[in-house]
Amino acid sequence: MTAPSPVHRRPMLEINRLEKRFGETRVLTSIDLSVAPGELVFVIGPSGSGKSTMLRCCNRLEEPSSGTILLDGEHVTDCRGAALDRMRLKIGMVFQGFHLYPHKSVLGNVMLAQIRALKRPKAEAKARAMEMLEHVGLAHKADAMPAELSGGQQQRVATARALALDPKVMLFDEPTSALDPELVGSVLKVMRRLRDEGMTMLVVSHEMGFAREAADRVVFMDGGVVVEAGPPEAIFGNPQSDRLKSFLARVSKDEE
Amino acid sequence: MKFLETFFNGAVMAKYLPDLLGAIVTTLWLSAVILALGLSLGLVLACLRCLGRWYLTLPIVAFADIGRALPPLVVILICYFGLPGLGISLSGPAVLILVLAGVLAAFAEEIFWAGLTAVPKGQWEAGRATGLSFARTLFEIALPQAVRLGIPPLVNRALAITKMTALGSVIGVKEILSVSSSAQSFSGSATPLTMAALAYLAIFLPAVILSRALERRFSWAV
Repeated sequence: MTAPSPVHRRPMLEINRLEKRFGETRVLTSIDLSVAPGELVFVIGPSGSGKSTMLRCCNRLEEPSSGTILLDGEHVTDCRGAALDRMRLKIGMVFQGFHLYPHKSVLGNVMLAQIRALKRPKAEAKARAMEMLEHVGLAHKADAMPAELSGGQQQRVATARALALDPKVMLFDEPTSALDPELVGSVLKVMRRLRDEGMTMLVVSHEMGFAREAADRVVFMDGGVVVEAGPPEAIFGNPQSDRLKSFLARVSKDEE
Repeated sequence: MKFLETFFNGAVMAKYLPDLLGAIVTTLWLSAVILALGLSLGLVLACLRCLGRWYLTLPIVAFADIGRALPPLVVILICYFGLPGLGISLSGPAVLILVLAGVLAAFAEEIFWAGLTAVPKGQWEAGRATGLSFARTLFEIALPQAVRLGIPPLVNRALAITKMTALGSVIGVKEILSVSSSAQSFSGSATPLTMAALAYLAIFLPAVILSRALERRFSWAV
């Protein structure tokens, strides 16, 4: 089950001394984090710890105040205008709230950026969309409208929409937090399969069980800094800092 | 039978029908031009306002607020009787088109803008995160949703503004009301005005019914 994390290769995603301030408020302080190709890195931490802000800085939905972010050796932080749009094609993102386009069918959702941003021919985009919908188990819903789908199905379509652009890394921003408990499993199943296929993934989530089982590395953030990072066995089995210990105690109390 | 004699005099109807038919055609083409110009200008202004630059937003908001506040008749009279003093002489139909299209644009800009602000931020983020440019995200994702939200108020506004073509009667435009009211003066019968009312109904009742179909066509469950 535990694939050795290929730490010797150049990181796929590299975050160096990332800072983010909103006015006077410092949300992220000197974050260093790298994700190796094919690695699944899980980010945990209390709400307000800056996890989502950090993730959103990676594709510049949030503008970093300082620091650099590199994707496969290329600067994400230097890109402007059309270069940033091209860079974002390589960074897939799945949101807590799905954000499917309500006026487009499932197929239309997965095809739009392929045609308009990646400039794929329509037939090719459709074939790729169907392939990705097949991958998330929703090819039979291709002609449905988003409102006709359950939350779990919408989130899988959103994942297919990001995957169809052949990204180098996938960012997941609390992908299961808006879902009813019985729908969470279907989304985690897709993520597990992606991991097994070697997709590089950075995941912000509260699914501790999934982190324990599927993550290569777990990063614990609190108060805008990375407090502790390591393999899941170490983070969950042998936490070093008091902050992580008390966080894990609170979380496990919630789960009981 | 006094009622029929007053409002539905057969001889008067027959006499003025050809004139009225011509006036209906005038009202129709004026309405079409006003709608096309007004709605597209309103759409363009709302899109420009999306760019969030103060030097665009400020004049657009000023135009929309003034355009919505002034009674169209006042502006029509100023343009038709005032502008020749500056050496600018516009024909009646030209003034009517300019003013009503401008007023429609002011309302349409606000309606499109309200629709755009109602589109959730996550829709923009989803578009931009998949590598779509600002313009693509606007046109492919935000605008279709904004237009859909705006259709009921836009239809109302479009109907109201096309009915205002009747204001052309004060500046000599040969539209339905002007033709029928001069026919009423000549004939001394109210029948031409009845014909005008019927003509407006014939134009606008189908338009109202069509608008309902349009609303159904553009609605999707959210």
